[in-house]
Amino acid sequence: MSTPRSGTYAIRSEQDVVLGRQAVRKLAQECGLRLVDQTKLVTAVSELARNAVIYGGGGDMDWTIVEEGARKGVQLVFRDTGPGIADLKQAMTDGWTSGTGLGLGLAGAKRLVDQFEIQSAPGQGTRVTITKWN
Amino acid sequence: MDRIPILRMGSFLLVTIQVDMHDQLAMTLQDDLSAKISETSAKGVLIDISALDVVDSFIGRMIGMISGLSRIMDAETVVVGMQPAVAITLVELGLTLSGVSTALDVERGMKLLRERVQSQ
Repeated sequence: MSTPRSGTYAIRSEQDVVLGRQAVRKLAQECGLRLVDQTKLVTAVSELARNAVIYGGGGDMDWTIVEEGARKGVQLVFRDTGPGIADLKQAMTDGWTSGTGLGLGLAGAKRLVDQFEIQSAPGQGTRVTITKWN
Repeated sequence: MDRIPILRMGSFLLVTIQVDMHDQLAMTLQDDLSAKISETSAKGVLIDISALDVVDSFIGRMIGMISGLSRIMDAETVVVGMQPAVAITLVELGLTLSGVSTALDVERGMKLLRERVQSQ
């Protein structure tokens, strides 16, 4: 019996953020990511899943185990149908991450993963794709 | 509702976070801790995060806020037991927890708290 290579989790509440973190931790372990890389990926998940709940009014997280030659990785897509982000460039700047304000944490999340792609426009929701390789 | 227990030991308060925290739980801890400092006139707070395998920006900020909050309530805070992978991730995330005192384990954290309180 082959294990599933992809799936979707609903991210609607704070509790779902916790469940999403735990699910991704398992996937990262399956892919043989080192502990530090597992932690980085799970932390990025926490930031992006929270954004989907708080700013996006809830969304979904699609996961896929990806393979490229000998390496394996976890690819995640966070989708929400919220108001979207008008100024992506500003949202991706570091000032929005650190400090005491409630930043989006996007710049921080980007640094924690190997690949990061964001698509968003006002009224069209936000879609963030991240990949972490072993 | 879920709560993280706060134990009193002499003039210190001990908090051991042993669950994967959701945001509301972190907010509740902040409220409970400030109430407890006021109620017990505690001089120090020790927060053990050795069981946490993820500290994201929200929890990181919460730790910073607890530390600042207790300082203006005349109590010192020491955060102990951060896992190395968590520390590496926090720095990369851009959160250096400046202004938060840390120690490697509970024993060293208690020692640090005692020294701080005695020198006042």
